[in-house]
Order: sequence, then C-alpha cells, then structure tokens
Amino acid sequence: MSTAATFPHRVCPATGRVIAAAAEPLIKVNAVVAIVSLLVGAIAALLLVLTRWQAVHLLPAVWYYRILGVHGMNMLIFFIIYFEMAVLWFTSTVLLNARPANPKLGWFSFGLMLSGTLMVEWVQWTGRADVLFTSYPPLKAHPGLYLGVILFAVGALTVTGLFFATLVIAKREKTYEGSVPLVVYGAVTAAIIAVITLLHGAMIYIPTFLWSIGLIKSIDPEIYRMLWWALGHSSQQINVAAMVAVWYMLSGLTIGGVVLNEKVSRSAFVLYVLFISMASAHHLLVDPGFGPAWKIVNTSYFMYMAVLASMIHGFTVPAGMELGMRLRGYTDGLFGWLRRAPWGDPGFSSLVFSVVVFGFVGGITGVTIGTEQINIIAHNTLRIPGHFHATVVSGTAMAFMGATYYLLPLIFRRKVAFWGLARMQPYLFSIGMLLLSMGMTFAGSFGVPRRHWDISFAQAPFDVQFNPAVDIVLAVMGIGGILAVTGALAFIAIAVKSVFFGEAITTWPLGKDIAGIPQGLTTPPVHAANVDELNDALHAESRGIAGATPGTLVLVGIFLLAFVVYYFTNWKLLSFLWKVG
Amino acid sequence: MLTKVHSGLDPVPGVWWKPAHKAEKVWVAIAFAWCMVLFAMMPLWHWKGGQNPSGIRRRVDPVKYYQRSVEFAKQYKIGEDRGIPIVAPPPGAEVYLTGMTFQWFPILQLQAGSTYRLHMSSLDVNHGFSLYPMNVNFQVVPGYDYALQVTPTAAGDFRIICNEFCGIGHHTMVGRVIVVDAAGKTVADNSHAVIRDREAK
Repeated sequence: MSTAATFPHRVCPATGRVIAAAAEPLIKVNAVVAIVSLLVGAIAALLLVLTRWQAVHLLPAVWYYRILGVHGMNMLIFFIIYFEMAVLWFTSTVLLNARPANPKLGWFSFGLMLSGTLMVEWVQWTGRADVLFTSYPPLKAHPGLYLGVILFAVGALTVTGLFFATLVIAKREKTYEGSVPLVVYGAVTAAIIAVITLLHGAMIYIPTFLWSIGLIKSIDPEIYRMLWWALGHSSQQINVAAMVAVWYMLSGLTIGGVVLNEKVSRSAFVLYVLFISMASAHHLLVDPGFGPAWKIVNTSYFMYMAVLASMIHGFTVPAGMELGMRLRGYTDGLFGWLRRAPWGDPGFSSLVFSVVVFGFVGGITGVTIGTEQINIIAHNTLRIPGHFHATVVSGTAMAFMGATYYLLPLIFRRKVAFWGLARMQPYLFSIGMLLLSMGMTFAGSFGVPRRHWDISFAQAPFDVQFNPAVDIVLAVMGIGGILAVTGALAFIAIAVKSVFFGEAITTWPLGKDIAGIPQGLTTPPVHAANVDELNDALHAESRGIAGATPGTLVLVGIFLLAFVVYYFTNWKLLSFLWKVG
Repeated sequence: MLTKVHSGLDPVPGVWWKPAHKAEKVWVAIAFAWCMVLFAMMPLWHWKGGQNPSGIRRRVDPVKYYQRSVEFAKQYKIGEDRGIPIVAPPPGAEVYLTGMTFQWFPILQLQAGSTYRLHMSSLDVNHGFSLYPMNVNFQVVPGYDYALQVTPTAAGDFRIICNEFCGIGHHTMVGRVIVVDAAGKTVADNSHAVIRDREAK
C-alpha cells in the first residue's frame, strides 16, 4: 500500500495504512473532547426541548436562555470543531501514510482550544454571558466569552495551518502517488473554508472583546451582524465540506463505494470554496442595513452555486455507492444494491440517514428560507432551528457518529461496546431528529418564534393564542427531541465505554462478522475480479442515459420533485400576506 | 495498483480529469437550471409580487428616533390600552414603531386596504418584529431605521411578538396592531380576552 515509513508508526492490520505515532494521540484527544462537549450539549438539549414543549415547560426563563447559549456553543462550536480537528489530523496523516507537521505545536493549539472552551463554559454556566450563541451587541457579555472564543479560534486556525503543512510534507516525502484521495481533497476544502471563517471571527470578536473591556466605545450592531454571520454561517460550511468528505469515506469503507468521476466531485468541492462564504448573507435578508441588490447578489449567484455543489454531491455520493455495490455483484433491479446493503452496520446506516435527512429536509428547507422574500415568513421563527437541526445535527453529527464507529477500532483499537445498541443507535437518533426538525419547521410556519421561553405569553400585556395545531407539532418536536437525545446519549455511552473500558483488539479476525467491529473492517468490501470489464459494461452506450446507476437517477428525481413542490408552496404562502415593500 | 474504479480513500495516480458519464452531465445541467430558476424568482417577485423586504434604510440616532416616535404617538393618539397609547395615523402617513426592552411603542391602528410607510427601529438592543397571526417577520436593529410600505389586507386584531432575544424578559414583549375595516369599524378586539395583571403576581 505504501512506501516504508521512516518515522515511528504502526501499520493498521485491517487497512494496511501507516498510522504515525505522533498523530494518533492528537486524533484521540480531539475526538474525546468532542464527545465530552456532545454530552454537555445533549443534556442541555434535553432540558431545552422539555421547556419548549409547552405542555411540560420545565426550566425557568433565566435558565432556559442560559442553557440555550450553552447548547449552541457546545454543539455548533465545540463538538463539531473538535471532531473536525480529529478529521483534519486523520485525513492528512492516516489517509496519506504521512507524519504530522510539528506535533508539539499541535498540542499547544489543542491547549489553546481547551482553555478557550473552559473559559466559555465558565462564563456561560455562571450566568455572565446570557447573550445566547449569537451575542448581538449592544447586548453585552463578560469579556471571558469573547476571549474564550478568540483563544479557541486561534487554536483551531493553527491546527488548520498544521494540516496544510502536513500535506506539504506528505507530498515531499512521496508517501502517496499522484493526487490526494477525494476524501483528503474534501478535508482541504473544509480547511480552506475554515481559514476564511476564522478570519471573519477575528474581525468581529477582537473588537467586540475590546468593547466588552471598555477600550472601544461601541460596536455597530448591523456591521456586527454581517461579520458575525460570515463566521456563524460559514462555520457551518466547514461542516458541510467535512461531512461530504466523511460521506465519501464511509461509502468507501462500508460498501466499497467508488468515485464516479473525480472531475465532477472535485469541481463541486471547488464551488464550495468559491461561493459558500457569501451565502451567509441570507441571515440579513430582512435586516434594515442592506438593499435588495446586495441581498439578491449575495444570496443568489453566490449561494446557488454552492447549492449546485450540494446537488452534485447528492448525486455522486449515492451513485458511487450504487456503482460500488453493482461492481461487487449486487446487480438485481433498480434498488437491489440498496436492499442488500449492510443495514446493520452503524457506519452504513449513519451514512444513509445523514445523506437523506441532510438533503431532503435540511437542504430543501434551507434553500427555501434563504430566499429573499420567503425569508419574511421564516425569519427568527422555529423554522430556522428546524432547518439547521436537519443539516448540522442529522447531517453532520450523524456522519461524524458513523465515522466514530470506524475510528474506534481503527484508531483506538477497541471493539465498539454495546454492539446491539450501536446497531440501533443511528435509527433512534435520526428518527428522533427527523421528528424534531419537522415539529420545529411546522411550528415555525404557524409563526412560533425561536429562542422564546414561553409561547403561552403568560406574563405579556396582550394575549397571543396560537393555532391549536401548534400544541400537536410541539409535542412531535418534544417526543422527537427526547428520542434524539436518547440516541445521542446512547452514542456517548458507546463511545466512552469503548474508549476507556473497551475490549482491546489484538488480532483482526478477517473474513468473519463479529460483534463490536463494523463489518466493513472485518470483511472489507471487495470488487469482483473482473471489475474493470464490469465497469465498462455498465457504462456501455447501449445502456443509455441511466447508465451504471439507474437507481440513483430515480432517487434524485424524487428529490428534485420534492424540492420544486416545497419551494413553490412557500411562494404561495408568502402571497397571502399583507402587501409589504 | 488501482483499477479504473477506486474509492475516495485512494490516491489517484495520473490524470483524473476525464469526461463524465452522460447521466452525471444531465444531472449537473438539471441542477444548474434549477438554481437559475431559484435565482430568477427573487428579481421577478420584486417586479410582479407584492411582498418584498426592500423599503428605505438609513442610519438613525436611537434616542432621536424614539423622540420622533413619541411625537408621532401624541399627534394621532385616540386612546390607551394598558398604559400604551393607541395611535391612528391617516392612510398614507409615516408610521413610527419603536422596540425597547420589553415593549413595542405605540399600539397602531391602521385601516385595511390603505398603505402606510411603517418605520421600525430599536431604542436599545436588537429586536424582532413578528406580526401575528400574519407571520410577517423583520429584524429591528438599533441605530437603523427600516421603513417599509405596508398595506393590511383585512381587518383584525394583530400582535407583534418580539422574535429576537433581547434579554431575560424577551418573552413578555408583545405589542398590538389594530386593523379596522374600510368603514373604520373594529371588526375584532380580542385584546381583553385574557387580561393579565402583572402587579398582581
């Protein structure tokens, strides 16, 4: 598989890859801290969902807003970014058989990130930063909040630099031949977007920090909103790129998914880099600071080229899976490949749910509410969290969970604990998230605001009575939330038990399905011996437009139809409003 | 050595810039066309549709804006509800609404079918204008005046819910907009449906 490595390493018995001794602990600590953040965020999630479910209404107002801030930071920033740091270390070293650049600086960066994290947790839990996740000035928090975020961002930015340096080292030391694998290419995309994003973060958090300690008199609230969202939304584009990279990785590991065409997939990643950062303008669609031309340019050409990229991946990922399965001999009918896929492998089921919920629920709702006019009926309603719980949580977090089931044996060399539970976990989590996002989306369509403690308005001067249907959709949200938190806690229990008390894997029982090791590792997917002939036959002119992947064409057709119907339904709803202009 | 097919985990030797299969090309073309439809809808609605978040936008001193809004309330005041003036500007008037923690000032009385220029701004922090049950939502930012042409389509008793977190009392920030019919009659008044006395608590 590779040239003999000259640095301390071990060779993975399952995949034959070189794992550098200096990189392994960095992957591990980042993954572990990610999961601890997930635990904090998940407990917060349970308290929040039991408060928003008006029939339960658990927390008092102060604690609801406080915990909402904690939930946002832990989930969107700490869990996701620590995991992405693990992904950067993993893809740049393990997938390229390379050594990490300057591991000492890597540990220092990790220390910076950790101290920033602890500082933020401290100010949030002690009630010094009840400004929620977005911290819009002139709402002011304790300087510790801004400083903590800055330290964390500097650490993350340094790791991103080390990632690029590792790629250079791998290229120089010729640890691989030709171009980097597509998964690494995806990680490079994520890293580039991370640099853009973190620079925006510095542009806004440094002055805000100075304002919080009294060195700057005021922060323009509209300019803050613009720059903050260049951090706040672009950071979710790091997730998208990292998630798509993980899709390609899991597809290869679980069922031997192939890359249909490198040109198409890599071009789609380039579209992300070029356009996706502008798309954060869609947060300002009903703001007073910007004119319609600015809004349309930034959210149309720029955003829709990124949407195009996602639609391309939405085809190439499942098509790669279909072709991979067909080349292994599962050729029957349109969907034989899908039916006969390893649904009991948590890596595979996570991948499928991640693709489906991200695309159908997250993608379609996101593009729709990101439209200049439709945003009038969506801005700051529960539709917004409904959308991003489908993308970030059901999409990114689900993909990362699936990747963890493979990282545990590969990097931690432990069997996955509670294997029966692990096989069910992706189903539990994604069904829960699906109910939660749908509940939120529909409640938002009835005008229920986000970030709101009490929609019974018990202490307000005027009564507001929502449509009784709201009680039902909020109950769906509540039940979905409880299921999803159960799924998340199950994942954490599995991960913690495996890492700290798991059964060590000493020999790899290749060719046998055993409990605790995903089948993609014990029986790696192998193509038929005459794979190239099969491939040529599947691509033969005579097969026409459907070509090698007819099943996927049907699936994307259904997707497009759902997209068109949802989009135009929203225009219809918009047209019932007062005239506004 | 790699075969012609490989997974995303493998490095790709040689030239990978190869033509795509027809199915992929068709999908990319369809997706691109759909993205252009998405794009075209926004300018099209500005031209043909009736709901656009454009309006007039300018910077404003929050305190001066609030003073303007108090003057406006004095000029057209017709009554009071819970200590907040009810203000009935004539059709076509400039209407001033201020958000402040945790109140909307004043209560507006508008006429269905008439057009007003509704100015919105904040005295202190970010607020969210959410008209209920119409589900019309705008961001209200301190220091910025957002003036939109609005035409209520039907009479009724509406609420303004603050939908941007503005502090610990955020959930109590509810305002009121009364829309009378073309004859000037109030068709619905549910503001007293539940009268709550905050002092009693």
